[in-house]
Amino acid sequence: MADDPLLSVDGLRLHYRARSGIVHAVDGVSFDVRRNEALVILGESGCGKSSLAKALLRVLPRNVQTFDGSIRVDGEETMGYAEERFRQEIRWQRIGLVMQAAMNALNPVVRVGEQVAEPLRVHLGWSRQRAQARAREVFDLVGVSQDFLERYPFELSGGMRQRVVLAMALIAEPDLVIMDEPTSALDVLTQASIMNRLKRIKRELGTSFILITHDVATSSEIADRVALMYAGQMVEISNAEHFFHDPAHPYAQALMASVPRLHQAERPEHIPGEPPSLADPPAGCRFAERCPKRFGRCAEAPDMLTVEHDRSVRCWLFRYGGNL
Amino acid sequence: MSTQQPLLSVEDLHTWFELRHWGFLRVGSVRAVDGVTFALDHGESVAFVGESGCGKSSLARTLLGLHRPTSGRVVCEGRSLGDLGRAELKAYRGRVGYVQQDPYGALPPFMDIGRILAEPLKVHGVRDRAERERRIEAALAEVRLTPAKTYTSKFPHMLSGGQLQRVVIARALVLEPSLLVADEPVSMLDASVRVEILELLRRIRAQRNLTLAFITHDLSTVRHFADRIFVMYAGRIVEQAPVDELLEHPQHPYTQALLTALADPDPDNAQRERPVPGGEAPSLLHPPTGCRFHPRCPHAMAGTCDVEDPPRFEPRPGHHSACWLHR
Repeated sequence: MADDPLLSVDGLRLHYRARSGIVHAVDGVSFDVRRNEALVILGESGCGKSSLAKALLRVLPRNVQTFDGSIRVDGEETMGYAEERFRQEIRWQRIGLVMQAAMNALNPVVRVGEQVAEPLRVHLGWSRQRAQARAREVFDLVGVSQDFLERYPFELSGGMRQRVVLAMALIAEPDLVIMDEPTSALDVLTQASIMNRLKRIKRELGTSFILITHDVATSSEIADRVALMYAGQMVEISNAEHFFHDPAHPYAQALMASVPRLHQAERPEHIPGEPPSLADPPAGCRFAERCPKRFGRCAEAPDMLTVEHDRSVRCWLFRYGGNL
Repeated sequence: MSTQQPLLSVEDLHTWFELRHWGFLRVGSVRAVDGVTFALDHGESVAFVGESGCGKSSLARTLLGLHRPTSGRVVCEGRSLGDLGRAELKAYRGRVGYVQQDPYGALPPFMDIGRILAEPLKVHGVRDRAERERRIEAALAEVRLTPAKTYTSKFPHMLSGGQLQRVVIARALVLEPSLLVADEPVSMLDASVRVEILELLRRIRAQRNLTLAFITHDLSTVRHFADRIFVMYAGRIVEQAPVDELLEHPQHPYTQALLTALADPDPDNAQRERPVPGGEAPSLLHPPTGCRFHPRCPHAMAGTCDVEDPPRFEPRPGHHSACWLHR
């Protein structure tokens, strides 16, 4: 249905078995992605954001202990899909993926044009020629000269390879592309020009994006909304205007204060302490230990609370009438 | 102590790496550092900023005496590194500390922290065990890993990234250097830990009055943690100035491009595209003639920029920029 969000995730859990116990990498995550929207999932290393990307596309390692919750695409529940059906109907056609460091995972002995066209041949059974013609179009879209179709990955710079990987995710015209740290290994200028491309693609094709990153400044380059993740859970989901100007969750506030800025005299401040272990998360609020505003209630786990339109926060402060 | 003389001065330094095919056919030289001149004063904190492949790490390693310059000199307190004998070079290395980029890779996994920190002391002839322990404890206290006992018996995999980077810093400090070279000390760490490590470096620099050469690709972190900035492009220093001066009045077109490409977090960013110069940084094997930025420069003047190397101009007092626009 057209009213349904493009992607709707509810109570998603992904737990791994590890030597240290059960790792609660994604622990009850809920959010929506709307049509032609860029949602940024922001979080520091070890918060479970990459696991979330894998869970959304069901590219899971073997040591999964729990994988449940609900993932609806266009209103239709996909958790019940068998692997083969999920592969054929969802992965790559409805939802594309740019994995972390994917630009270094290109096959070194296959020409990049062929690698970019491969999803069309595997998922849609297109002929080689038809797929190559489409690959040429997508190269234009991401800003790589068509001459590069015949090159091998080692002949391309890092920025070019990242564009190629993006082309691969876009080739089957998915409604949604999930990108895990797409620019964090790149130089400032390359990063800016790839972000420019993404903005253009979003504007011209109406593609939705989930951008997963730890970099606050980069996230503001494309975000319509920001979902902040901490220790396996979402702690704040706000529209970009709110999030960057007036973050609500104490962790969001501390994170924003820790970002060094070019045009600001105040010195950035670090967040004392460390995030809890995902193998043994605390029973109450997971940020409580580091939180300057904690109080008695924080020993209990808070729920995600809708504070106003387009803003929900997982913090007890908001149950008691706003920011204390 | 004489403050007239700089701690370290670098004169027309070139560090080239010979490139061979199949191990013997010469193909040319990668000009990682190609004509760099500057001086560092006692107690000063400077940042070398540039993108990957601009030669900033090669420069750092040349300063540390790990690469031999192809030509030019690194002069420390009046003596050129090239003239030092083996023993003197070893003594020099004891006086420059090195903080590596990747704390996860910089520490040997099979040694505990106590041994890791004792190693440089042993190498530099501190024989007395109690003396070593005293200095290790002091270094750990300085990087705020206290009580020292709980850390010396730990192995690197038992510590977080931020703690590991503190150990790396402690190792660099244990010989009481007068210069600390930090190569991207925070690029592998999370935002919230970065600031903590940078603050630590700043405090240590102030307390010990040591010189800090800080290498980074991230202009936004330098503002609060350095006094002067050198901007590098393709093996050269293209602009240098005190931090605020450089950030407020960038003169070189490359610095200007970097600053417009960098975002402070702002929801309006999503609504606009940033002007980015086309192309990519040149190969250091065959750098362009004339100004190395001219193929990407929006202000390039044909007949000048592509022919002749720009000298260093001083468009504003204390602010140097190598660009023909200032002529």
